[in-house]
Amino acid sequence: MKASALGGGGMMIGFSWLASCKPGEQAADIPKEWFNVNAFLKIEKNGLVTIMSPNPEIGQNVKTAMPMIVAEELDVDWKNVIVEQAGLNTVDYTRQLAGGSQSIRQGWQSLRMAGATARRMLLEAAAKQLEVPVEELTTDSGVIKHTSGKTVGYGEVASVAATMVIPEEIELKDPKDFKIIGTDVGNVDAPKIVNGEPLFGLDIDKEGMLIAMIQHPPSFGMKLKSLDASKAKAMPGIKDVITINTNVPEGAEEQWSDVNAFNELVVVVGNTTWEVMKAKKALNITWDQDTKLESSIDHEVALSDLMNKKPEEATRKDGNPTSAFKNAAKVVERTYSAPFLAHNPMEPMNFYANVTADKAELEGPIQTPEYLRKTVAVVLGLPEDKIDIMMTRMGGGFGRRLYGHFGTEAAVISQKINAPVKLVYTREDDMTQGTYRPAYKVKYRAALDKNNKLTGFHVRGAGVHGSPVFANRFPAGTVDNYLAEDHRLDSNISTGAWRAPRSNFMAGIEQAFLDEVAEAAGKDPIDFRLELFDRAINDPVGEKNDYDAARYAGVLKLVKEKANWGADTPGVHRGVSAYYCHNSYVAQVVDMVMENDKPIVKKVWCAVDCGIVINTSNARNQIEGGLIDGIGHTMYSAMTFKDGQPDQRNFDNYRLIKHAEAPLEIETFFVDNGIDPTGLGEPGLPPISGAVMNAMAKATGKRLYNQPFVNEALVLG
Amino acid sequence: MANFNLNINGKVKQVDVDPDTPMLWVLRDHIKLVGTKFGCGISQCGACTIHLDGEAVRSCSVPVSTVGDKSITTIEGLSENGDHPLQKAWVEVDVPQCGYCQAGQIMNAAALLEKNPSPSDDDIAKAMNGNICRCGTYTRIKKAIKTAAEMS
Repeated sequence: MKASALGGGGMMIGFSWLASCKPGEQAADIPKEWFNVNAFLKIEKNGLVTIMSPNPEIGQNVKTAMPMIVAEELDVDWKNVIVEQAGLNTVDYTRQLAGGSQSIRQGWQSLRMAGATARRMLLEAAAKQLEVPVEELTTDSGVIKHTSGKTVGYGEVASVAATMVIPEEIELKDPKDFKIIGTDVGNVDAPKIVNGEPLFGLDIDKEGMLIAMIQHPPSFGMKLKSLDASKAKAMPGIKDVITINTNVPEGAEEQWSDVNAFNELVVVVGNTTWEVMKAKKALNITWDQDTKLESSIDHEVALSDLMNKKPEEATRKDGNPTSAFKNAAKVVERTYSAPFLAHNPMEPMNFYANVTADKAELEGPIQTPEYLRKTVAVVLGLPEDKIDIMMTRMGGGFGRRLYGHFGTEAAVISQKINAPVKLVYTREDDMTQGTYRPAYKVKYRAALDKNNKLTGFHVRGAGVHGSPVFANRFPAGTVDNYLAEDHRLDSNISTGAWRAPRSNFMAGIEQAFLDEVAEAAGKDPIDFRLELFDRAINDPVGEKNDYDAARYAGVLKLVKEKANWGADTPGVHRGVSAYYCHNSYVAQVVDMVMENDKPIVKKVWCAVDCGIVINTSNARNQIEGGLIDGIGHTMYSAMTFKDGQPDQRNFDNYRLIKHAEAPLEIETFFVDNGIDPTGLGEPGLPPISGAVMNAMAKATGKRLYNQPFVNEALVLG
Repeated sequence: MANFNLNINGKVKQVDVDPDTPMLWVLRDHIKLVGTKFGCGISQCGACTIHLDGEAVRSCSVPVSTVGDKSITTIEGLSENGDHPLQKAWVEVDVPQCGYCQAGQIMNAAALLEKNPSPSDDDIAKAMNGNICRCGTYTRIKKAIKTAAEMS
């Protein structure tokens, strides 16, 4: 029973003989005893396989896709697979994190190795049992076949397989032989979701568990001055009102969970959610100003000033941009802006914690369990190995649950009141807490010579806590004279990664700007982009270009073909956009029509290059959802502030996209190139706003620059 | 605090709660039926949708004291074995991403299909417009409702 490392994949295999599992609706009967072949999977005597899904599930569907990869290499029938969510286990798993669209890309090799290793050990065990050379055996969906015609099921040799020496080298399947990867496999939790079974952190209910809610300051820049909790404490069902401080000790390594604008909080603890909610309203708290109380107008003014300021150093400079602009026949200049955004996952923040003298048990929705544990360890003063974290299915995250301060808060509350507790945020608590997508402003300039060739390109970006510009992304590398500049605006409003950070703004505006440049050059927008990619393929400028120009051009060509670009349909206005982020390439064409003077997105065509597609149904779902998310936030959503206080607190005045505003139809095509898989949870979102802006310009004659567009445009309906 | 006898999913359940407690929290904290979700608390997202005598309502804004003897249906009671045409269609179309809003979507769609067994795209968009899906599964929800309408 020991763990060892495998060459190449870096996977750790742990042997144990655990004997528990949860029943599910499967083809085979649920057994009493299971054989743990390795940390990723267990095989039962009758061939039923349990595969652990290591990473947090946030709606990106890794709980289905990651086990599919294991099942593929193991060579089992998917209907005999049960999937279980693994808890935080840094011994057997690496990178148990949902973020950066990396779960599949970074798990690909080790998940394949896990399945293939187990398959190889089952073959070895069968060879021993049948007393034949292993070379004479093959597998077929959970059955081992000998050349003589004899067969033996995986389950029959699983106990022997678990005692086999772990092979040092493993042959992986040829992707052309994949049977599970590349098919439509339904979300493994779908039956529970549609029946309303408990799955989410907020659904946790444990013996003796109390409910806690926090009250943070009403404004960024305020802090607690005094608390009178006498009325709240006297209310029915209320156990206590306390204050907590979740500041990490000085000198501790900074973690995701430390991002928090409000570390000193008032906490109400009671028996039930409604009782605690009511008592929270009865708190008598006074707040003190601590730092500046910022307003949106301050950010607007400061970001605008930065647009006219040259930074001391350029982030990237190729050629001689100054001379290119001086000698240009035409210069196009546009400035774009976007507001702060809240993540607003539908499940408000929550976490369960039970902290006793020498250990802590935590459970809930978290994208970064490993880092939450580090913070909790230093804040509680417990060693990391005394802290267990179980991940629940998350009711969305979009980056919000990378920042697990709510997990730390639950742990501190439990420690202080000496009881198991579930911390529950209201929507208002969540929306006004911070960790927002920052407000941005970006100015673009393009220089065209007399032959309408792009000779100069200049981008200057500024944002709260950092510029959104990616200096080495397209169109860097396609133009001789290029300049990228960045400014940062400090603020006491906390910001964080929001689905496709920076790309969520940059893609759309870059693609809208290039559309205007193509127009100024008198060129078709797709042809104009393809010309630039030709330059990057044949004679790239600079060496740090962060994209593969051929794959980029590939998705544009594919969407051009599929959407039949160029074949004008009366009444249909088209816009195109393409972007590269999270290692994947997405091009989109929007077909817009005007009905009753309102623009409507009739259809979106998508071409995606994310390498090998694991689960085709969910891959399409991610692209569909991503682009609806992208349209929604560009059109309708904003967080604004007055004297440090958020103007939006709930969905009555924070607008999210609704059914009637979603595209009527979406069609997605994947490039089939056999390349190892890359990100899919985020890349569908960034380009779409560009395609919408470009189609809108055709449909309404109006170009849009300041998000959310609902403030200055006809609303999509 | 007061006692209420509630008719939930065909069974009478007694709870002793503050009369202003919203049905959402009665269901989740007292009856332990957690399929009905908390999203906003102010009838703006639809995650907490249940049926009151067959009408889709937002349970976060229905105080327990106003329910009386009306029959309450939650996602757990929509069908006996999880086989309501909408539940089957939701799985078949592979609608959910995070899945959190879907019970509310299904409950709202079930009330729609009761009144309008074969809704048009426009009928669906109008009826479902108060149910937010932050993951953006709207096109699949529409497809699943149409699939369910064809099934039944």
